[in-house]
Amino acid sequence: MKGIIENRDTFLNKIAHQLGRTPTKNIEQPIWQYQPQDRVLKDATQDELVAVLQEQCLNINTNVVITNTAKLADTLQTVVDSFGGRSVITWKDDRFQKYGLSQLMNEQWPQANIDLYVWNSAQPEENIIQAEKANIGITISEMTLAESGTAVLFSDKDKGRSVSFLPEKSIILIPKSTIVPRMTQAARWIREKMHSGEKVASCVNFITGPSNSADIEMILVVGVHGPIKAIYIVIEDQ
Amino acid sequence: MSMKTSDDPFKNRVSKELTNTFMRGAVSSAQERFQTRRLKQADELGHWEEWRSHGEEIRQHVLANLDYYLYELSENVSKRGGHVFFAQTAQEATAYIQQIANEKQARKIVKSKSMVTEEIHLNAALEQLGCEVIETDLGEYILQVDDHEPPSHIVVPALHKNKEQIRDVFKDKQGYDKTEKPEELALYVREKLRNEYLTADIGITGCNFAIAESGSITLVTNEGNADLVTALPKTQITVMGMERIVPTFEEMEVLVSLLTRSAVGQKLTSYITTLTGIKDEGDTDGPEEFHLVIVDNGRSDILGGEFQPILQCIRCAACVNACPVYRHVGGHTYGSIYSGPVGVVLSPLLGGYEDFKELPYASTLCGACTDACPVKIPLHQLIHKHRQVIVENEGKAPVSEKLLMKAFGFGAASPSLFKMATKMASPVMSPFTKDNKISNGPGPLKAWTADRDFPAPNKENFRDWFKKRPIGGEE
Repeated sequence: MKGIIENRDTFLNKIAHQLGRTPTKNIEQPIWQYQPQDRVLKDATQDELVAVLQEQCLNINTNVVITNTAKLADTLQTVVDSFGGRSVITWKDDRFQKYGLSQLMNEQWPQANIDLYVWNSAQPEENIIQAEKANIGITISEMTLAESGTAVLFSDKDKGRSVSFLPEKSIILIPKSTIVPRMTQAARWIREKMHSGEKVASCVNFITGPSNSADIEMILVVGVHGPIKAIYIVIEDQ
Repeated sequence: MSMKTSDDPFKNRVSKELTNTFMRGAVSSAQERFQTRRLKQADELGHWEEWRSHGEEIRQHVLANLDYYLYELSENVSKRGGHVFFAQTAQEATAYIQQIANEKQARKIVKSKSMVTEEIHLNAALEQLGCEVIETDLGEYILQVDDHEPPSHIVVPALHKNKEQIRDVFKDKQGYDKTEKPEELALYVREKLRNEYLTADIGITGCNFAIAESGSITLVTNEGNADLVTALPKTQITVMGMERIVPTFEEMEVLVSLLTRSAVGQKLTSYITTLTGIKDEGDTDGPEEFHLVIVDNGRSDILGGEFQPILQCIRCAACVNACPVYRHVGGHTYGSIYSGPVGVVLSPLLGGYEDFKELPYASTLCGACTDACPVKIPLHQLIHKHRQVIVENEGKAPVSEKLLMKAFGFGAASPSLFKMATKMASPVMSPFTKDNKISNGPGPLKAWTADRDFPAPNKENFRDWFKKRPIGGEE
């Protein structure tokens, strides 16, 4: 359903009047004189981008582990153990199966007393309760920005925003093929999707490491309202 | 309603803040860190001047076509189920938001950091209705608990407080019993606020950049508080200054890249979030109802005039961090929620010259702010323009300056008086002169020499010197 728009005409008329013209609903698309963003990491290979990502993660209190699909289950287990196990929440996402994680998540974890909760759009209240309780949240990056060390997440009914925000620890899986130079490529990709008729996700998150603050005497504190610890697992053959 | 934060006269504020030694130490070390980080990031990025020029051209294009982009934005927000309210004044904005709070029978409201909501005094308006309003940004929360102390910096609101003072605020007001370690203080706030997000009726945010093409709003934080404010409560209200808008995701990206580098010296902050409309079908988190309140509150009067470039501002505070005057007097001296050079330019425009006529004089016009600005606002020139307006149109020049100008006008109007005055300047001032400097001047000079020295007049006036110089000249 469309939302209501109030007081628009008077408001926009005043702006146009101040600008010395009548309100306009047509303008020429701007042609920018400067485009410095294209030069950043312009000719970097995928391997070089991985190296840039690793280097940047040193600045953002985020560990990076590099693995491949065959070893992913073992790697993930090690990371989950290092975070103290206990309870995990994930999106409902076929990629976990595709990445060979079904056995780990559905058989090994129950035996090791690690609770797994999979986001369920039919149980909204339970989703939040579980996300709030979970020790670890696992998500998957749709596009990864090497320059800033950023994972891009799109929300939908199976991919709740809270999975990456409420648990104390955050694990983000990063298929190597999703790594691009910087935010420029992500912005263009989102526009391309829009122009081909796709709806922009109600929430697009550009996440760069764990939450932090320097509000007290400019001293960095890692972990304020969002996760206290974050780790990226790069999957080389995905 | 104004954005005034103090009724104390400007001079008293200056004197008071100059004796606040912790604040002065904190501000100067913060400025240094901010500056170093910003320059390092600009250097790593490369072609920084080109980035600034791109930022500038985007902001200028948007301002020149602001009605077009606001129309497009409102259409696209509405298509995604959001309501848009255009508020000409602060009162219209707060009345609309009060009405929503009433409709929702809201008791608890969580907020993420927003300068425009400070500007329109939104918290007070909601508290009037009996709502509990909780600021969730760590710095803002500290100030709120400390009896709503005003912010002293646009990006780091509690910069003037040390950790011991913060510990005592929580101890006195909330019975906090741990140490002054920042980690412990932050953990305490995390635990305290977690439940507030989960039980709040409404979440209120500001807006770093709205995106016209997609009808989205972008929020930039390090703490992740804006994400919880918008993910958990059923109703979301976003308040934006009408100029905080870009055409598409691509320009948003450029401005965010400039903002995070200039504000905190980070390539990106931990959380950049773009939110579009209400939550999608089947979504658990996100609001069922979304209101975007677009605020004018004096901004349109700036459009089309000589101060228009100040509307390019993206609120990074790089100018604040570069300013030698801010370094000494701190944020509270400005008596406005907007401090530093941006505050000097913006406060008289939005709040009126009556309340802020001294601010344009709280500047050395050195231009460090202009050099630091990522979107190339000619800040020191705008400050100078304010002085012109104050003297020429408003008749509000400081009294000593008026006397001085009057005397100069009187003396300079007659050749013989001028000659006598320039000849007499040196002997008349000699009782006040030491080492060719006047440190304790009489009459109209008093205000100047209270803070700094004034050069003593030359013993020989220009005309005499000109006449006596070797090549000769005529009177």
